[in-house]
Amino acid sequence: MMDAQRRDWLKQSGGITLLTLLAAAGWLKSGCAVADGWNKSAFDTHSLDETMKALGGGAPAQSIDIAFFSTPDIAENGAVVPIGVTSNVAKTESIAILIEKNPNMLAAVFDIPTGTESSLSTRVKMAQTSNVYALVKADGKYYVASKEIKVTLGGCGG
Amino acid sequence: MADPMKIRANAVGDVTEVKVLMSHEMETGLRKDAQGTTIPAWFIQNVTATYNGKTVLSAQWGPAVAKNPFVSFKFKGGAKGEKVMISWTDNRGDKRTDEATIA
Repeated sequence: MMDAQRRDWLKQSGGITLLTLLAAAGWLKSGCAVADGWNKSAFDTHSLDETMKALGGGAPAQSIDIAFFSTPDIAENGAVVPIGVTSNVAKTESIAILIEKNPNMLAAVFDIPTGTESSLSTRVKMAQTSNVYALVKADGKYYVASKEIKVTLGGCGG
Repeated sequence: MADPMKIRANAVGDVTEVKVLMSHEMETGLRKDAQGTTIPAWFIQNVTATYNGKTVLSAQWGPAVAKNPFVSFKFKGGAKGEKVMISWTDNRGDKRTDEATIA
């Protein structure tokens, strides 16, 4: 009796494992398809240096040609923080928004084709008061500007 | 299928300003529910805006973009009555494409 039960249990759990594996394989497959054009390593970084490495660039130069607009100094709600970035650097190719103290630093990367103005705005989440970087790629080089935003209520977890 | 996006496109002179509000949870994968189990990440990864078959903006997003994401940008060209198309793909492979007429 005991043995039979054990056998059943083994059978069942074996079945479950197989299902789980299949599900995982299926998920991985679709995950790969989705990941086309999504830089996973860059979105998994915790410092500016790491992010730069994942994006394939060197240390960015500080630039006064990058400006934040309609971005608050103090954000009451970290779950929705408006960020606007304008780049006056010639030949801007992309604008990335990085939040230093978030669990993962990189929030968004926007590719700017010619004909599109190098100025955009979006809304991000911030875990706590942090420096926010606007990283601009122009003519193959990277430029950065930063701004501190104080957060009174965090937007992650809680 | 997710809810439709709200897209507003306005031509001012020779520039078209596009504002998009998407409807998406943008779950970070870091939050826990009342039972303490982690809520899996669910967020938009890729966004593309096209006008006349030409890409006018493309973006890669992480989970740090706020819930119900908002984006505004401007591109040169675009006449009243023409269409701008926005599409996104999330990390579950869900997709949505909506279009708006430039006003």
